Amino acid sequence: MINRIPSMELAERVREGHLRAIARLITRVESGGDPEVRQALAELYKSTGRAHVVGITGVPGAGKSTLVTQLVHEYRASGRTVGVVAIDPSSPFSGGAILGDRIRMGDLVSDPGVFIRSMATRGTLGGLARPALDAVDLLDAGGFDVVLIETVGVGQDEVDIVRAAHTTVVVNAPGLGDDVQAIKAGVLEIADVHVVSKADRPDSNKTIQELKAMLMMSLEPGEGIWRVPVVPTSSEKHTGFGELMAAIDRHSEHLERSGEITERRRQIALTRVVKVAEEIVRDNFARDSRSQTEELLKKVTQRELDPHGAAVTLLKAMKETIHESH
Amino acid sequence: MQNNDNSAAVIRVMLAKIGLDGHDRGIKVVARALRDAGMDVVYTGLHRTPEEVVDAAIQEDVDILGISLLSGAHMHIFPKVLELLKAKEAEDMIVAGGGVIPDDDVKELYQMGVDKILLQDTPPQEIIDSFRQLVAERGAR
Ligand code: B12
Ligand SMILES: Nc1nc2c(ncn2[C@@H]2O[C@H](COP(=O)(O)OP(=O)(O)O)[C@@H](O)[C@H]2O)c(=O)[nH]1
Ligand SMILES: [Mg+2]
Repeated sequence: MINRIPSMELAERVREGHLRAIARLITRVESGGDPEVRQALAELYKSTGRAHVVGITGVPGAGKSTLVTQLVHEYRASGRTVGVVAIDPSSPFSGGAILGDRIRMGDLVSDPGVFIRSMATRGTLGGLARPALDAVDLLDAGGFDVVLIETVGVGQDEVDIVRAAHTTVVVNAPGLGDDVQAIKAGVLEIADVHVVSKADRPDSNKTIQELKAMLMMSLEPGEGIWRVPVVPTSSEKHTGFGELMAAIDRHSEHLERSGEITERRRQIALTRVVKVAEEIVRDNFARDSRSQTEELLKKVTQRELDPHGAAVTLLKAMKETIHESH
Repeated sequence: MQNNDNSAAVIRVMLAKIGLDGHDRGIKVVARALRDAGMDVVYTGLHRTPEEVVDAAIQEDVDILGISLLSGAHMHIFPKVLELLKAKEAEDMIVAGGGVIPDDDVKELYQMGVDKILLQDTPPQEIIDSFRQLVAERGAR
């Protein structure tokens, strides 16, 4: 048996930028977060809000991990420290995951100004947003200037995560055809910056033109409105990553200058509070209220009670059992 | 719903290839077996340095650092990894190994502090079981 360091003690070390403490607290929040861990996170939350959080999304294979690696190099060259949360899908069968984003990021380690953490999407009930955004908080409180979140842009949880970023970057690979259409339909509104990756490929120009045309259509006229840029990048030719960092910085300045940052912060708070509330309810259904659920389900199937009535009954009963520290 | 039980944290494993060793069949077999057993497996890819792997394992806060070695460099690489873990105050991390390693060396590696070595023809279930046991013996962290 090993000596377990209390979470509050770890929280103090997180504030000093102690990497092992950050790593351990992420593990604890990811595995559910008992009251002691929640208390430490609540304390650390006071020290967050300084980092610029960038969500990076796109279909698998779009080039996100490659781009994150190059972008981190740019930030380091500009003197900023970077935390990365890289999310990969879990197996729907076992809940386990092979987290491979690090394969591309190998050359970033052994730099104390960079911290990379891999995370799995987990099962349907587990909920990804809460632990991922808790991890972002820990990196923020740990003093990282920029926090990048890499996640595939499918599924509500993933979309919610990128919505909880200050700047959202959507990565489009050339030649993905209908896939790219599908993802654009869902995330077009949330993109603050579009990237066309693999710009070394001949078909990338077509994708750039298509995207620009589509953005023109959705453009509202007016002064002081953010115009979503399309940035081509190539890891083969080492081009575009400086421009991408500049575009993200410009977006950050725009948020501050226009005052939109206030609305964005409110939106992020809303997303997070609702997500956690949902998770508490779902978790409670899955565990504490299981016996009661069965009883109610029986009544619903036998037409003694309607689904809405059963749900209200459950939620009322839940009020008693939810503890603050959940 | 095995993963919603908050009392049982998912086991996190890093699987690493260090040095010039390009044999990655075995490590991929192990990665899939562990994933199918519900564990989170962080794979480093080929040709890492001991420093890179130890730093990454600390950031990922894995329960087990597993190194696959078929190149014959095990008597050089394992001591280096153990030394780095100690220097970075992470000696509580479980270290496991596999691949092609002669029996005499296995004995010596255990004495050095490697926690588990599982060689050729180890059935995947045996690897899963021994990883679970190692983490259970270590206790909550
Ligand atoms: C297939 C193979 C290759 C393939 C590799 C393909 C690939 N992408 O993996 C190719 C043809 C490319 C190859 C090349 C070479 N090979 Co070769 N290769 C083999 C061979 C025949 C089988 C290895 C294998 O895939 N086994 C199947 C897998 C499933 O088993 P495994 O890796 O042992 O993994 C199991 C366990 O060990 C364990 N395990 C593995 N990793 C881990 C990690 C942890 C944490 C745990 C718990 C368990 C665990 O679990 C697995 C499942 O049971 C072995 C012979 C042998 N008997 O091992 C030689 C062998 C490994 N190769 C050898 C050599 C010398 C070479 C070359 C240098 C040859 C040359 N002169 O060019 C090159 C080097 C390439 C390089 N860059 O490293 C020697 C190594 C000698 C040594 N260690 O002293 C061996 C032992 C052959 C021999 N008897 O001489 N090789
Ligand atoms: N030609 C080319 N290939 C790239 C580029 N960026 C990424 N790739 C390749 O695209 C594949 C997927 O990249 P990866 O970063 O893992 O994508 P992710 O799944 O979105 O994280 C890999 O084979 C990369 O080598 C690029 O700029 N040019
Ligand atoms: Mg990736």
